[in-house]
Amino acid sequence: MTSVAHAKHDAHGSGGGAHHAPMSFWQKYIFSTDHKIIGIQFLFVSLFFLLVGGLLAMQIRWQLGFPGKPMPGGGILPESMVSGGVILPEYYIQLVTMHGTFMVFFAIMPLLVGVYANFLIPLKVGAHDMAFPRINMWSFWLALLAGLIMLAGFFVPDGAARAGWTMYAPLSARPDLSGATYSQQLWSISIVVLGLSSVMGSVNYITTIINHRAPGMGFFRMPLSVWALFITAILAVLALPVLQGAAIMLLFDQTIGTHFFDPVAGGQALLWQHLFWFFGHPEVYILILPAMGMVSDIIANGSRKPIFGYHSMVFAIIGIAFLGWIVWGHHMFMSGMNPTLGSTFMVSTLLIAVPSAVKVFNWLGTMWRGNLHLHVPMLNAIGFVSMFTIGGLSGIFMAATPVDIPIHDTQFIVAHIHYVLFGGSLFALFAAIPFWYPKMFGRMMDERIGKIHFWLTFITYNLTFFPMHIIGMGGQMRRIYDPTIYDFLKPQQPINEFISYSAFALFAVQFLFMFNFLWSLKKGKVAPQNPWNDNGLEWSLPNPAPHGNWAPATPNVYRGPYEFSAPEAGDADFLPQTKKLPSDRDPVPATLSGGH
Amino acid sequence: MRWWLPDAGSTFAGPIDTMFTVILIITGIALVIVEVGVVAFVVRYRARPGRKAFYTHGSTRAEVIWTAIPAVTMVALGLVSNHYWVMMKDKKSIPPNAIHMGVHGKQFEWQVSYAGADGKLGTDDDFTVRNQLHIPVDQPIAVELSSEDVIHSFFVPEFRVKQDAVPGMHITAWFQATKTGEFEIGCAELCGMGHYKMRARVFVHTLDEYNAWLAQQAAGGAE
Repeated sequence: MTSVAHAKHDAHGSGGGAHHAPMSFWQKYIFSTDHKIIGIQFLFVSLFFLLVGGLLAMQIRWQLGFPGKPMPGGGILPESMVSGGVILPEYYIQLVTMHGTFMVFFAIMPLLVGVYANFLIPLKVGAHDMAFPRINMWSFWLALLAGLIMLAGFFVPDGAARAGWTMYAPLSARPDLSGATYSQQLWSISIVVLGLSSVMGSVNYITTIINHRAPGMGFFRMPLSVWALFITAILAVLALPVLQGAAIMLLFDQTIGTHFFDPVAGGQALLWQHLFWFFGHPEVYILILPAMGMVSDIIANGSRKPIFGYHSMVFAIIGIAFLGWIVWGHHMFMSGMNPTLGSTFMVSTLLIAVPSAVKVFNWLGTMWRGNLHLHVPMLNAIGFVSMFTIGGLSGIFMAATPVDIPIHDTQFIVAHIHYVLFGGSLFALFAAIPFWYPKMFGRMMDERIGKIHFWLTFITYNLTFFPMHIIGMGGQMRRIYDPTIYDFLKPQQPINEFISYSAFALFAVQFLFMFNFLWSLKKGKVAPQNPWNDNGLEWSLPNPAPHGNWAPATPNVYRGPYEFSAPEAGDADFLPQTKKLPSDRDPVPATLSGGH
Repeated sequence: MRWWLPDAGSTFAGPIDTMFTVILIITGIALVIVEVGVVAFVVRYRARPGRKAFYTHGSTRAEVIWTAIPAVTMVALGLVSNHYWVMMKDKKSIPPNAIHMGVHGKQFEWQVSYAGADGKLGTDDDFTVRNQLHIPVDQPIAVELSSEDVIHSFFVPEFRVKQDAVPGMHITAWFQATKTGEFEIGCAELCGMGHYKMRARVFVHTLDEYNAWLAQQAAGGAE
């Protein structure tokens, strides 16, 4: 109970005595209720799953580049997966299924939301912790449990889940058709647990942002990262329960003989797709909005300029989130859904280009006439803008329904999703991780290794994913084990080989990042208090920030987050949100003014 | 090596490939604007000692421009797309003179049923050929898709035809081949372990050849 009492106390920020007594190692780092430690826990766990997802991807690329050839190191895998070192078809579909599952649910989503919503929201709105610290702790442990359940799929007798990360029924629902029993059930259970974790986290983020902003931190003084995480949390709290419900129905189909998705006994195969994508499309924005928010903060910082069109940026986030609810059918253009319904989904999907364009042009506008400091976070943020643009534009091909016909479910969509999730989300993380690393660990990541990592990643990433558009145009279907058995795909096999070599290089380059991340924990340069000369509230605290943040005090906020190069700043080219100028009046605390 | 869409083999390829090219041009222009902007700004506005950034919070006029242009472009694109979409996928667009065939997906093969001598599907004289779709050139063909077990997707790259075959549903897809020859059918929806080898062939004949083949098969089937 003590920590709950603590939280209440902290939350109200009433003066005096919120002391944080020294805690044991277990309390401090394992069963922690401190939002910053929980964020760091999420960081380590999701980087681990990112590595797992990457290892699976390498095996996929081996098979596609060199079908039928023994995979180096394949000998260590059991006979059920490889034969004489050659990947078996049933293992291949496990690879594609689990790569997608781990990357979407256990790497990118927790990296963006689990790590940065946790770490940044209280620090950036001036709160002492999350509104419900203990629920927050549970959110982490449930996410880890879900990840371990998913990982266990590889170790059950019939191998991992194998119906694609989208788990289309009835393949996913019927063990006699998929060839997997336990792992399909584990997938459903894991997703239900993960959904619980995500909802617990989101409730926290929403409540904290609404109730625990420091005096003076109006909604339109919040950094775009906080805005994006706020809207993301609303999406998650509404979308994840739909997925959970669908996963429970799937689990019932798999275990107790219901037939929700099996037409043999009166079920509906397309019902799964409607439920999955009703969750799945908001999910795509859950995976990109926080990235957009953090990139906005970093681009303003690197350009030493206020963000261009702050209000448009906020409305674009809200617009993307709103449209995100009415576009799910664009995943189902070829599914046999009524074509008239397809037309409406096409229009709503095309309209998403509008807020996306607004965001891209405002980032450009921010850089325009700036004074650009090309530090590692800024380089990766610029990488994000230029790569996300390709991902957004390639989406238009698939949104235009007739053009979607030849490229639907081919490598073209694989290219598109990787431009959005790697070129977008992951570049944003390569920007965010070094940017807030000093706030997490008190040290800087190495700048030189970071720059080499950025350039090598940028090059190998494009060499890997851009050619996928071309083989997709050529018609290479998704998730096929061996493209060379098709006459029409044979001519492009050299491109497949090229992609594989590039992918291996891309993977190898990530060890630079891993090394930099781990080495800098102990050996990195000790960070000054405000290493990036940023305006955010978090930089008014020492590095790393103490448990309880400002407790017992609360910071006062005098202005918006992007007052770089403001005339009032004098010689400095930044003006922290907490800095009081002679002309500033102290904000009235919300508790005294009776709400907002 | 192939760098473009597969060779055109049906009447759909014309509009689809043209639209693909148009979208490539539009998105290409947008891409060049953004990427040139990024590179130019990085070079031009790189930090130099003694320089200060231009302090501004934005411009309403700019916001209106880059909201309106994409919005108008996208609506126009939607209208054009919808015209062809209805032509290709709407049930009412299937020409009344189309030759109907049954395509039944099953782990991991395609079973093609042909109307026998009576010219009607679903009667006793139908016959089925595994993994071979024989059609006449320049005639509208309607394939009635069904599935035995899981979702499959009927895909002929040269025809620009793709349609899922969903268990419990009967979906008709139509197209019209424009040249004779042999093409491949693939499955575009993960349908299990053998998804990759769910391959069949399309044989596009002249009308006379097709009729001869049909007569021969029907006779063979009757024996």
